[in-house]
Amino acid sequence: MEYFFYTKKLTVGYNGKPLIKDIEINLKKGKILTLIGPNGSGKSTILKSITKHLKSICGTIYIDNKSIETMSNKDISHKLAVVLTDKLKTELMTCKDVVSTGRYPYTGMLGILSEDDNLQVKNAMELVNAWDLREKDFTEISDGQRQRILLARAICQEPEIIVLDEPTSFLDIHYELELLNILRTLAEKRGITVIMSLHELDMAQKVSDLVMCVKGEYITHLGTPKEIFQKDLISELYDLSNGSYNPMFGSFEMERTKGDPKVFVIAGGGTGIAEYRTLQKKRIPFITGILHENDIDYQLAKDLSSEVFSEKSFEPISEPIFQSALKRMQSCDIVINCLKSYGEINRKNKALYETALFQGKKIIENADEL
Amino acid sequence: MEKSKSTRYIRYIITLIVLIILFALLILLNIKLGSVDVSVKDIINILFHGSGNETDYNIIWKVRLPRMMASIILGGALALSGFLLQTFFNNPIAGPYVLGISSGSKMMVAMAMIMILSRYHSVNSAVLIIAAFAGAMLSMGFVLIISRRVKSVSMLIVCGVMIGYICSAVTDMMITFADDANIVNLHNWSLGSFSGTTWRDVGIMVSVVLPTSLIVFLMSKPIGAYQLGESYAKNMGVNIKLFRIMLVLLSSFLCACVTAFAGPISFVGIAVPHLVKSFLKTSKPLIVTPMCFLGGSVFCLGCDLIARTLFAPVELSVSTVSSIFGVPIVIYIMLKKRVH
Repeated sequence: MEYFFYTKKLTVGYNGKPLIKDIEINLKKGKILTLIGPNGSGKSTILKSITKHLKSICGTIYIDNKSIETMSNKDISHKLAVVLTDKLKTELMTCKDVVSTGRYPYTGMLGILSEDDNLQVKNAMELVNAWDLREKDFTEISDGQRQRILLARAICQEPEIIVLDEPTSFLDIHYELELLNILRTLAEKRGITVIMSLHELDMAQKVSDLVMCVKGEYITHLGTPKEIFQKDLISELYDLSNGSYNPMFGSFEMERTKGDPKVFVIAGGGTGIAEYRTLQKKRIPFITGILHENDIDYQLAKDLSSEVFSEKSFEPISEPIFQSALKRMQSCDIVINCLKSYGEINRKNKALYETALFQGKKIIENADEL
Repeated sequence: MEKSKSTRYIRYIITLIVLIILFALLILLNIKLGSVDVSVKDIINILFHGSGNETDYNIIWKVRLPRMMASIILGGALALSGFLLQTFFNNPIAGPYVLGISSGSKMMVAMAMIMILSRYHSVNSAVLIIAAFAGAMLSMGFVLIISRRVKSVSMLIVCGVMIGYICSAVTDMMITFADDANIVNLHNWSLGSFSGTTWRDVGIMVSVVLPTSLIVFLMSKPIGAYQLGESYAKNMGVNIKLFRIMLVLLSSFLCACVTAFAGPISFVGIAVPHLVKSFLKTSKPLIVTPMCFLGGSVFCLGCDLIARTLFAPVELSVSTVSSIFGVPIVIYIMLKKRVH
């Protein structure tokens, strides 16, 4: 299958000054490309160049094997629709009026809507669950509704590509999920190619087929979410010296607390997560163990704890690891035991707990008690 | 058909009917009322049979009717010009008068008149229109330069008003130093008045304003797209550069025609489009443009009637009356929309 949208040596920027050089995007029909990167890195600049709102400095952008340079505004309007971040200032326009403007490229000289146009408007509004809003004034609806109306406008333009600039900026999580679901549906069912920028990395990871990292003069990373959402790559992209990125959760963690740890957390099977976070918020450094490497606690412990004692997945805890954990625990004054029961492979955690009890350490179940 | 859709159409039709009734009523009053009283029976005879005493005949045919036609055509042109400027600047209180475009025209027309009248007896209307257009473009040029620098809408309006003041000052200066018998005329005209319109003038107005208005109507589609903002309009396939140039030229030209014949008339360009849109409850240009024209005609017919008859035989300038009705509307819009 050949590429539907591609760029060759594209350089973008403002006023003839190049900002990002030699961009090479290759995108198949019906795929979603997401641009991520820090603020001011040039995501919008790239999107504006793609939609021809900004003249690209050199290189070419191809849609369906045609260079957009050679296409008129009208040709482009049949191929590509936009959802922009600019706040719209409409006057006395209902939501349906706004959506109807999407039919502009298809109506006659006076722009009167035909039966077919009206049907397209209705279908687009129903697709984004906004048909009920049709008579509402566009200025009197919520941000989430407004974004859906603008998406409906783009859809009824019957484009093959939709370009969205930060479409989830003002949305709460409910509308964000809904919007991204609609985009996925459009890509799968209608073969619409989507190019957008997103701030929410977790969403980018879930919704995209291809992700491009925008930072610096050249695009260094462009690949599938699996390739892009790596701990080091994302940490570098966003200069995360004050926190860390966890690709498993697709989320960010605050910086681990520095200092000599005096708290030992016995955890496993997800029981530790809440305690780790509480300790992190209270800025108390801690050690944790003994966790299996496939344990969900292990993922977070790696980012937040000073030290983790861990065992290979599915193996019973071995004696050497138990001994070193035991030794380290002796330097701690407080032990938080999150475990209520013990299984075949983590039985040694029970021994750990009983030793702490025997040694007369302060034992608590909840980090809030500290 | 959906219920809401039909109520919309009913609203449009009611607005149209109300405007037509007002239009007809004002036409009758404009013919009937005036400093000289002519009976209804005489009017009918004069209009339809061409009979009646000569003074009355002349008053009706040579004074009142052409003047009425001027209000109709120029009123419509002003309202349309205002509507275009509001679209262009995406700002409900933009208009030819507040942006100084009327005053720019006035200045150039006064200059042309003084220069030509000092050598010849009369001035060609075409020359006046060209001079007015040049003046309008001059002011518009300044406004456009300023609009690139200031992003605030209210600052733009303030700058427009300032440009208007400068142009008026220059005009006053020229009138003061022009040693001509026509000074009185010039003075009257520079305040805004439909008086002294001839059928020849009406002919020129019709042949200039109507085709221009038709072009505006035919541009309804891109105007509608432009209401969503430049970026969206461009994505819909509108040739933005050409479209913006067309808006500037058409609005300036319409305003220039009005100024060339009747001088600067204030606030019609803001008040009428606003009233029309709020009655129609839509801003769809396909409906708003023709209604705006009709609304402008009605507004100016009314204002001119009041200007002529309120203190007859003393005449007020149309601008005086239109300001009294127009300014409260402008203030209302500013308060309601909180234009920053």
